Amino acid sequence: MAIEPLQMSKGMTESIEKEIPLVTVKGLSKQFGSGCEYCSTPSHEEKEGNRCKHCGSIWAVRDIDFELYPGEILGVVGESGSGKSTMIRSLFLDEEVTNGSMTVSTYNKGKINIFNASAQQKRYIRNHVMGMVYQNPYLGLRMTFSSSGNIAEKLIAADNFHVGKIRERASELLDKVEIPISRMDEPPKNFSGGMQQRVQISKALANNPPLLLLDEVTTGLDLSVQAKVLDLIRSLQRELNVAMIVVSHDLGVIRMLADRTMVLRQGLVVEKGLTDQILEDPQHPYTQLLVHSLL
Amino acid sequence: MQTAENRWFETTNYNFAFLDEGSKREIRRKTLKAVAIPGYQVPFASRELPIGRGWGTGGLQLTLSLIGKKDCLKVIDQGNDDSVNAVSIRRLVMETTGVTTTEETGEATLIQTRHRIPEETLREDQILILQVPQPEPLRRVEPSEEVTRRQHAEMDYSAKWLQLYENIVKWGNITIGADYPVMVQQRYLMAPSPIPRWDNPKIHQANYLSLYGAGREKKIYAIPPYTDVVSLHFEDYPFEVESFTGKACRHCGSTHTFLDEITDERTGEKLYQCSDTAYCKKRQKEQRGTEVSHGN
Repeated sequence: MAIEPLQMSKGMTESIEKEIPLVTVKGLSKQFGSGCEYCSTPSHEEKEGNRCKHCGSIWAVRDIDFELYPGEILGVVGESGSGKSTMIRSLFLDEEVTNGSMTVSTYNKGKINIFNASAQQKRYIRNHVMGMVYQNPYLGLRMTFSSSGNIAEKLIAADNFHVGKIRERASELLDKVEIPISRMDEPPKNFSGGMQQRVQISKALANNPPLLLLDEVTTGLDLSVQAKVLDLIRSLQRELNVAMIVVSHDLGVIRMLADRTMVLRQGLVVEKGLTDQILEDPQHPYTQLLVHSLL
Repeated sequence: MQTAENRWFETTNYNFAFLDEGSKREIRRKTLKAVAIPGYQVPFASRELPIGRGWGTGGLQLTLSLIGKKDCLKVIDQGNDDSVNAVSIRRLVMETTGVTTTEETGEATLIQTRHRIPEETLREDQILILQVPQPEPLRRVEPSEEVTRRQHAEMDYSAKWLQLYENIVKWGNITIGADYPVMVQQRYLMAPSPIPRWDNPKIHQANYLSLYGAGREKKIYAIPPYTDVVSLHFEDYPFEVESFTGKACRHCGSTHTFLDEITDERTGEKLYQCSDTAYCKKRQKEQRGTEVSHGN
């Protein structure tokens, strides 16, 4: 059998010529606590720590900038308390940010700072522009409703009111994440952890969002199930060309999924670059520690 | 010993229509706000009344704050003019206002009702006041008031839709009987009070004002005349009212009204009769009238 030479399609060359980032985040900061005159702006000094000595407020995320391109996977690593979860929850608008801007090129041509949008617009964005998979499936799923109903909720929020079509789409999505169609009307509480996570992924993908946020998706799953979920995420990214932000403390997950990686510590980005570069040749002492602690 | 004379409280000691003028004004102000925002639940300071909360105090406060000396009142309880609840409420209003009351739907200017809308179409100059036990249509799917208020603000009604979807998945049909949720003027989701689905289409583009009062939950809401009121439905699962095909009222023979099912205790036979007793009586009277004229 002849192997076809790898050719770039017209669309591919075009997108390379004028590549526009899907997501642009600038100066994202989040403070917990009342704040005082000493901590009105986040310090960029790593040694200082992120807790204000005077009022005890914490800058959980300090001035993060990044860009994410269509179809790209960005990994975010860091120890617990480094601000990973706060960052991703801010991006999904679960959390009000203190400072910063975020634009998405598919929403109003990237002209609107999503953090300042009205509550109704934010709801639209959460349903159409982004999908989120939480570490704890109890946060992302309604456990007592059927699995297809969980997907239906997203579709209904996007104004689909045809039960037949909703069920068609739900079974298509569940099939994609290898949940047997015969169990589509079972509540996720009947499912194993890995299956629940896959239902969550299919729910997040219901409205074909260009951006998927994954917060520690494989934490707490056993190794073989982890591998399956990771496999699924990879294949979804290839098939649907979804851009993803993957938050994990597990370097193995980052190595397998991410094209680029940011290393977070005490709310600061201490290092960022291509994933293999960071893992093979870490520059920052903390990253070095992290990589060398890998068993 | 109580005698017939002193058994009733001294009505002359009370203001016209029981409530003081300040309270009535507050309720009217909240009612105006409710009319201005169709389907939106306006909080109000529910007053103490000589009947318990949850026994029609919301509707009663609306009635008392709106009623004037020239009004004519009709009170119905699930279509019935002479059940205990309807009679007590009617008597309280009568004794504290001295207004006339009626069972005839057409004669009343104010109609306070529990869980039914009269079969006869109302006129523009009539006001329908409904008693509401639970004003929040989202309460069954979301227990927190803070969250449901935000959901109304954001028009986030997917949880309620999900309930309907789950019904279809489980039972093949939407199983909500009474209090079937409606969308008011494409904006607010509203509980129409536990009226049967049969009455839902009557509120759509109705030519009269409907007021909803929940005394225990302290909320007032309204449907002004000529407002769009659409019962929730999926494109492939249309909204349906109760069906009484092959059944007729045992008194008036009606086949176009909402029927109550009753069982004859001796024979065990199922019987049907109009739920709206005033309408049924009116029809019976008309039928007797025609019989008489036939006889002549």
